Amino acid sequence: MFAEYTASELTSIFAMQGFAGLILFSVFVLMALGLAIIFGQMGVINMAHGEFMILGAYITYLTSNVFSEYAQPLFGGYFFVAMLLAFIATFALGALVEWAMIRHLYKRPLDTLLATWGLSLILQQLYRTVFGPREVGVTLPDWLMGSYPLSDMIEIPINGIFVMCITLVISVGVYLWMYRSRWGGQVRAVVQNREMAGAVGINTEKVDRITFALGCGIAGVAGSAFTMVGSTGPTSGQLYIVDTFLVVVFGGASSLLGTIASAFTISQAQSTMEFFLSGSMAKVLTLLVVVGILMLRPQGLFALKIRH
Amino acid sequence: MSYGLRSFLPKNDMINILLLAVLIMVIFPLSMDIFRLNLVGKYLSYAFVALGLALCWGYGGILSLGQGVFFGLGGYCMAMFLKLEASSPENTAIQSTPGIPDFMDWNQLTALPWFWEPFHSLGFTMIAIIAVPVIFAFIVSVAMFKRRVGGVYFAIITQAIAAILTILIIGQQGYTGGVNGITDLRTLNGWDIRTDEAKYVLYFLCCTLLIGSVLLAQFVRKSKLGRLLVAMRDKEDRVRFSGYDVSNFKIFIFCLAAALSALGGAMFTLQVGFMSPSFVGIVPSIEMVIFCAVGGRLSLLGAVYGTLLVNWTKTVFSESFPELWLFGLGALFIGVVLAFPNGLAGVYSTYIEPRLSKWFKDLRSMRPPMASSTADTRS
Amino acid sequence: MLSKTLSSKLKKTALALSAGLFLTPTISHADAVNTTGLAVTDDTVTVGILHSVTGTMAISETGSVQAEKLAIEQINAMGGVLGRKIEYIQEDGASDWPTFAEKSKKLLVNDKVAAVFGCWTSASRKAALPVFEQYNGMLYYPTFYEGLEQSPNVIYTGQEATQQILEGLDWAAQTKGAKKYYLLGSDYIWPRTSNKIARKHIENVLKQKVVGEEYYPLGHTQFNSVINKIKLKKPDVVFISVVGGSNVAFYKQLKAAGIDMTKEKPLFLTISVTEDEILGIGGENIEGIYASMKYFQSLPNENNKKFVEAFKAKWGKDIVIGDVTQAAYLGPWLWKAAVEKAGSFDVDKVREASPGIELTTAPEGYVKIHKNHHLWSKTRIGLAQPDGQYKVVYESDELIEPDPFPEGYQ
Repeated sequence: MFAEYTASELTSIFAMQGFAGLILFSVFVLMALGLAIIFGQMGVINMAHGEFMILGAYITYLTSNVFSEYAQPLFGGYFFVAMLLAFIATFALGALVEWAMIRHLYKRPLDTLLATWGLSLILQQLYRTVFGPREVGVTLPDWLMGSYPLSDMIEIPINGIFVMCITLVISVGVYLWMYRSRWGGQVRAVVQNREMAGAVGINTEKVDRITFALGCGIAGVAGSAFTMVGSTGPTSGQLYIVDTFLVVVFGGASSLLGTIASAFTISQAQSTMEFFLSGSMAKVLTLLVVVGILMLRPQGLFALKIRH
Repeated sequence: MSYGLRSFLPKNDMINILLLAVLIMVIFPLSMDIFRLNLVGKYLSYAFVALGLALCWGYGGILSLGQGVFFGLGGYCMAMFLKLEASSPENTAIQSTPGIPDFMDWNQLTALPWFWEPFHSLGFTMIAIIAVPVIFAFIVSVAMFKRRVGGVYFAIITQAIAAILTILIIGQQGYTGGVNGITDLRTLNGWDIRTDEAKYVLYFLCCTLLIGSVLLAQFVRKSKLGRLLVAMRDKEDRVRFSGYDVSNFKIFIFCLAAALSALGGAMFTLQVGFMSPSFVGIVPSIEMVIFCAVGGRLSLLGAVYGTLLVNWTKTVFSESFPELWLFGLGALFIGVVLAFPNGLAGVYSTYIEPRLSKWFKDLRSMRPPMASSTADTRS
Repeated sequence: MLSKTLSSKLKKTALALSAGLFLTPTISHADAVNTTGLAVTDDTVTVGILHSVTGTMAISETGSVQAEKLAIEQINAMGGVLGRKIEYIQEDGASDWPTFAEKSKKLLVNDKVAAVFGCWTSASRKAALPVFEQYNGMLYYPTFYEGLEQSPNVIYTGQEATQQILEGLDWAAQTKGAKKYYLLGSDYIWPRTSNKIARKHIENVLKQKVVGEEYYPLGHTQFNSVINKIKLKKPDVVFISVVGGSNVAFYKQLKAAGIDMTKEKPLFLTISVTEDEILGIGGENIEGIYASMKYFQSLPNENNKKFVEAFKAKWGKDIVIGDVTQAAYLGPWLWKAAVEKAGSFDVDKVREASPGIELTTAPEGYVKIHKNHHLWSKTRIGLAQPDGQYKVVYESDELIEPDPFPEGYQ
């Protein structure tokens, strides 16, 4: 199938395709990181994860409107403000949800799934009531659109680079927070042994709340970043749920490194298959392979050796 | 014999099942026109799924978010038979290949695919409705339970399977009818299923099967298997250390739930007149879980009532306040989970039943001694 | 109930009497124009509106509801149909196909409506169709769709696939000299059928080449791979039938990948993006693509100016009007014309009267009902502007005949 192309065309296409895979990888990591924290560290299944992302996207939409209305000269930089606001809003909502709902359900993890599904329905309808049923168009600053041509064939989408940078920054941030900060130490202590952690003076309730809210906050930032590549509508969040959960589970739920590795594997597999097959079949095959591997190796790629 | 019957169907349960039977088979048909009754029939076909979920989730602790897959497989098997009958060469004479379903003709298929062929036979279809989903459930559950995958992981994997199947059905439209599903179903062995009389007959068939399924589920629940399931749900390791092969029980109960769902799917197709991928995916699957949760996951009858209640509310809400429906449904999810984890059945057994029985007791003590003694001997 | 039958009996007697005494048929009387028991009184007639107000399809169907209500309001202001005001019962299909079938049955059996304006997706129409055929109702269906259907109980006011596609491809081949085509769509029946027709036309009629055909699941949001494939295959035209949220993702990623759509290298020709969709995509992200359909909000004719004005006056000045919205607007008008031609609300008579009905006041211009129940209509090519509107750059000379079962394209 490659016979009709010249060597240089092929090289550049493989470069481009590799890059497409990297963008997909970043998107997956962004989607899954918040969920991995909540699910992996707390055992809570947050079915409203997609709706938290869309909240971030709507915040971005609002911010862009405010900037183009009142602060046109600063429009180029609004995206950073939007991401910060998205984080704050989703973090706050996450903390509220944890306080009102999740904390009553820690002993019943499967029930968190149902309750958060209910939450997702309410949020969807709320978005529909407030922003209307249509998708909204988020205007991006000019510097984020367009691409940087490396050669005749290879062009690097700037928003792709931007998404990758955000992913990198957030991943590093989460790593430092989890493994190098006092807070992270407390979170890990609570995950490993709640009673003992409480006994040595860790405020486990507060740790839970902050962890959940942080997971939601990251979802908000992800949603904000996705306005560059995806759609923003009341039900857009549902599109992400299956992919996100599979990435987290495939990586081995309690390992952040696993999440990243699994996002890499799945994204590369999908983008390679997309190139050789039709889009639909590539998707089906990717999901099938992931499910198949999970059946053979239920603990995922990277599992912590802990006793259940 | 009488002891055996009594042990798996205590008096209370028997009365409750009878009440349900009277409600759906006498009161509903008498009080509703055929249009509403047909709607109830559709709800009742979901109740099969909820019943299966009560068994495998409530008693077995296995939460499946992919029951729509089995509902869909059962429904599609039924629909394939009906579609073949509706696509007789005479009916489809205008097609370029007469005798195959219309959607295949539009997709340039010139012959019936091999896996459609057996569905010319009603007998095969009847078997396939149960067998196909059960075999599929068996493969999935053996792979997972033998490796001790459970809980959340199982839920997410079943969810992914629902997603895969939906994409497949939509993508392979030449073989499956795609996103439109299999529509325009007319007759079952020459009997027109679209007439009002047929709708009545199908409704009663659906009720009878449902009551039968409830009895079957009741039997399983009261059997040794049922008690083992509860033990497993609460302390799996202990059951395992007692020498039982836990996974076999799980596989069995999951397959049973799949079979019930499939039966519901087939009844759905017959009563609604078509089947489409929108009943296979993630959203309908999760909705079916909520039917069960609202009714009370530990109650077989609760599952049926929960299904009726949620669907009825949905119809009423969507007729009067369509915008509010999702708020209501969402609140219902959260409320049930937070406040009433055992659903309607839990509310009934904690609050209503004690009062009722106290009331009955008072009533009885007020009666003359004669009557009370007859009551005693009867029981 | 009793008094109603009594009064209707009295009316019947009165009618018989008056007819007998004076030998003057009072045609406008409810019984004379309605022999099948529809919900028609002496001064009102009831119709149904059946679209999704909730669920994922609410996004698309809202415009149709608005258009139908506007048309009914305008008809009433002009004196109604056969001297009767139109009243409507609106039902919600809730983006759920069995619900469409149920509500259709409710409208036809319980409410006895004279006609139903509704359905949007093919799946909802397919689900409701057996009900309309069984109870002999009349459905006015607004969406452009894949064809392969012709029911005596449906009037299709949108374009069927060949009307929309062939003209667009011819235009691309003739004016733009296109030789290589790439077909891309969401994975369901309409894009697949449309692309099938497009492929046959490109290969057999235009004698050109299709260099790729690709489908993505509904709701897919990652299109970088296909964008790379397009870059590699270097088609002259990318023919797109991607729908819903995927659209937003596709055009944003296209632009980000350094493809300037205004350079027309390749040229992007869509049959699925109306002004409604551009709202979500953002005009600046889609500037320069072409769309092939029968109606654009910017059509420069008097009918359309009046229509757009009335629509904005009723539903808000920021609202946009897409192809389907206009087609939905035609429904009540076409029904009115057929009823008046038949002199009766009876479904059978309306059906008989429908072929040949003309509408000179249609916003899209002149339309006429074909005997296959689709509309003769023109096809236009629009060029997307940064403000989210299309500029009409081409219009077919003649009305295009609808051909739901196109020979040689199946």
